Amino acid sequence: MKAAPFAYHDPRSVEEALHLLATLENARLLAGGQSLMPMLNMRVAFPDHLIDLNRVEGLAGITAEGGALRIGAMTRQRDIEESPLVRAHLPLMAEALTHVGHRQTRNRGTIGGSLCNLDPSAELVAVATALDAVLDVQGPSGVRDLSIHDLPLGFMTPSLAPEEMLTAIRIPLPPAGHGAAFEEFARRHGDYAITSAAAVLVLEGGRIARASLTLGGVGAGPLRLRTAEAALAGQAPSEALFREAAAACGSIEAMSDPQAPAWYRRRLAATLARRALAAAASRATTPARQGSLA
Amino acid sequence: MDGLSPRPGEDAPALAAGPGRVVGRPVTRIEDLPLVRGEGLFAADVNFPRQLHMRVVRAEIAHGRIVSVDAEAARAMPGVVAVWTAADVADIPLIPFRATKVRGLEPYCQPVLARDRVRYVGEPVAVVFADDAYRAEDAAETVMVELEELPVVLDAAAPPGEFAPGHDTEPTVVRKEYGDIDAAFRSAHAVVELELSVGRHSGVPLETRGAIARYDAAHDVLELHGTAKKQHWNRDEIARLLGRPPQGVHLFEGHVGGGFGVRGELYPEDLLVCAAALRLRRPVKWIEDRREHLVATNHSRQQSHRIRAAVDAEGRLLGIDDAFFHDQGAYVRTHGARVADLAAGMLPGPYRLPAYRVAGHFRLTNKTPAATYRAPGRYETTFVRERLMDAIAARLGIDPVEIRRRNLVAAAEMPHARPLDALGTDVVLDSGDYEGLLDKALARFGWDAMQQELAARRAAGECVGAGLAFFVEKSGLGPSDGVRVTVDATGAVEVVSGAASVGQGVETALAQICAEALGVDYSRIRVVRGRTDRIEFGNGAHASRVTVMSGSATWQAALAVREMALECAAQLLQLSPAELTIREGVVTRADGLAGPSLTLAEIARGRGPNSPAMRGQTPGLTAERWFWSDHMAYPYGVHLAQIRIDAGTGGVTVERYLVANDIGRAINPMLVEGQIVGGLAQGLGGALLEEFRYDPSGQPLSTTLADYLIPTIAEMPEVDVLIAEDAPSPLNPLGVKGAGEGGTNGAGACIASAVDDALRRPGAITSLPVLPAHLRALLTEAP
Repeated sequence: MKAAPFAYHDPRSVEEALHLLATLENARLLAGGQSLMPMLNMRVAFPDHLIDLNRVEGLAGITAEGGALRIGAMTRQRDIEESPLVRAHLPLMAEALTHVGHRQTRNRGTIGGSLCNLDPSAELVAVATALDAVLDVQGPSGVRDLSIHDLPLGFMTPSLAPEEMLTAIRIPLPPAGHGAAFEEFARRHGDYAITSAAAVLVLEGGRIARASLTLGGVGAGPLRLRTAEAALAGQAPSEALFREAAAACGSIEAMSDPQAPAWYRRRLAATLARRALAAAASRATTPARQGSLA
Repeated sequence: MDGLSPRPGEDAPALAAGPGRVVGRPVTRIEDLPLVRGEGLFAADVNFPRQLHMRVVRAEIAHGRIVSVDAEAARAMPGVVAVWTAADVADIPLIPFRATKVRGLEPYCQPVLARDRVRYVGEPVAVVFADDAYRAEDAAETVMVELEELPVVLDAAAPPGEFAPGHDTEPTVVRKEYGDIDAAFRSAHAVVELELSVGRHSGVPLETRGAIARYDAAHDVLELHGTAKKQHWNRDEIARLLGRPPQGVHLFEGHVGGGFGVRGELYPEDLLVCAAALRLRRPVKWIEDRREHLVATNHSRQQSHRIRAAVDAEGRLLGIDDAFFHDQGAYVRTHGARVADLAAGMLPGPYRLPAYRVAGHFRLTNKTPAATYRAPGRYETTFVRERLMDAIAARLGIDPVEIRRRNLVAAAEMPHARPLDALGTDVVLDSGDYEGLLDKALARFGWDAMQQELAARRAAGECVGAGLAFFVEKSGLGPSDGVRVTVDATGAVEVVSGAASVGQGVETALAQICAEALGVDYSRIRVVRGRTDRIEFGNGAHASRVTVMSGSATWQAALAVREMALECAAQLLQLSPAELTIREGVVTRADGLAGPSLTLAEIARGRGPNSPAMRGQTPGLTAERWFWSDHMAYPYGVHLAQIRIDAGTGGVTVERYLVANDIGRAINPMLVEGQIVGGLAQGLGGALLEEFRYDPSGQPLSTTLADYLIPTIAEMPEVDVLIAEDAPSPLNPLGVKGAGEGGTNGAGACIASAVDDALRRPGAITSLPVLPAHLRALLTEAP
């Protein structure tokens, strides 16, 4: 468990990092290192160059921008979890983060690293999907917006060009008074979930005005259950309604492995989706109004 | 004399009941200061100038014929000093096993490097020696091993395959039998039959293995550092296998970050670093990485049983007939067939059993070799036996607690001899009040009130249940142990023992025993362990033997020193020894009246080699004493659990857990509790989480700690520990029995019982670990 040889680069600016990324062959970016360092040491990853982003200025921080929170790609998971802004406006993310590894790993792990590592069970990927995050992707020709829904290309493969890097995540704020909940099942606390569910409900006049329901761990990327979301809209929240919505999970395509066969993941998904919806509904308050950070 | 009561007919008086001055008290550990200061000496902390680093090239398929090993590229890599393949170590014999009655195992032992075949993924095929650990690993990557794949055997219960020409994969069947088993089944009111299995798991210590060898040419001594558990036997074997006299080989133990049975056995890597240090004339260091650890260090546990019991109408056992398949993995290692033998010998546990027959099929498979892991053979058979008791209870409609009561060996029947042997000694249950402990445990757990509470929760829709498992452990394996206690001219006390420490508190426990006998401060006693250069003989630390064996020897040696000191002092003070005692290292009048006194330092100086008074005598205030034991001491206990199953996920939460364990006498209750809770964590791991899995080609699937799931603090329940001292062992002067394994022993059985109860389906759990997907499936099928 000693890494194979690589050249280490220590840029101080995004421009410098992008330049290295564009000019070096077989380079990898190092963010919090909670996945990449073990992969290097286990010789699963063999980059010739490692570009360490930890001293790059301006990549970390959480700011309010209009109707969204902007979270720098190098913001530590623990800082997000503790952020008053996140706790107030994105309770779903704060809740999900308590399941991400352990406090020690969250002290180093970053949101950008988690999104780009794109583990099928990663909590932050599911949450970003549930909240319709938009990513700032910077390359030699400038910054482009990338919807989180377009991030996964395949198993642990983000749709970033080799010379591009993720610099920030922008998350549109759900309206104040929305209800959100994150549920997951893992064999041990802190492990990647076998399956997770993230629900966001906006209530108006006692009925569901908007619903977002996302599953993690069932496929290569998070799965938004759009049909179920549409079926929830306009209905009054009830156990029966959520049970029916969650039943949609019974027919999803799910990954299979000996510990967690597809049928089990589907059942977990249904259970967790129902629980997440019920918890989200219990946390939502009506009437809702458009969120504001003023 | 403080804390002592004379027992007629014995050399040394026995330790009196109840807490003594320091024995029986939860005093803090003397070994902790360097550990909490970051001054510990684990294997990786050992370094020597000019050392080389060894990297092992391991087999990547489970069974294959070696066509070629090409190391030319590796030899040319920067920093590489040597690369060895089997041809380079052809003179080193196969790694042997320790004493066993079982014959015919020799051809199944492991070579230090694979010779003509590889037999498991992870088997050492070649080794690289380089000036840096990174370069060694870089070079190892370039060693090309060409293999021709052979069929794999992965199921020990399947018909045996070929190990080597002329040898099939079943080297032996361990058979034991007593009573008229056929008559028992003929006369049975009912026969209960089960198929049960325990998964492959093992001790996974925080510190992986390490071995650092250094040849001191100036003194012609080969040193091996980073050792654990079994230094003297390993020293003798390393010497023999490498063709050196034992006096020219010494093993040293630093700190050990967990042993659990797997650390400190003699592995290929230990011999490789020793041979390399001798040949390359440079120190050689090897530190196992975690991925290696999970495929190279001993696995354990995997067994499947086909067991049946004959019972009478009241549920009393008439006979048990068991056939089991023990998955030994690819080679016979240093324990020989010990785990299968222990399983066969210990299966009857606490119950009165008139007839018994067992056939343990010891089978080799193409997986990592297996050996002992905390409560070896007992974790497995307690699961099997207690599942059987639950099944008998269900079949006859008798309460699970009651069925056990009816079968437990009674206190009046102790000592209870079984016509059986385990570890080469006859099984004689030395002492115990099994039912008494069961009652205490049930009361402490609030068993009856809990049943009502669980019924109410079930009525409210929860899936909750409780279970229990009774176990008998074994400890204090003989035959002998010696300890030397010395007071030097400054009054410092040293205990030199052939025991080892794997972190369990050996130094503190031996120091407490010595302090109690001698009348000195326990925290200032130096305890020497785990090194062959200070004592000629030792049996190390395993089988819950240290406190019983080395503890008894310490007690006797310290009492001998005490007697010597009192006699010397009596002459000088012109009193009789009976009028004197030792307090805090000072000999004074026992009646507390003022008078002259002498320190142990003064007495030791008076007994110095140059003292005229010692002319013609062996000088020193010192004594070496040996303790012998023909029989083991048998601790026993009960595990009780209350669990909840999440019906939606199949996840199990252990809500409450009690381990009640009678260990005869607790030298240090705090250490005992630590042993039990730590042992329980491992037992729960095997019950709910841990499993070495393989794919159909024999590729291991549990090669990181993200795949091999060890319980963390979040998975541990609230644990209550009831330490009982109702049945001191009559076999040693301290009355002690081992405390190392009772926390592990009953956990798998207890969880299975509780899960059945929560499911309301007796007999639902037939294998460990209990997996959430399986429970989820059972809950779906449930009526």
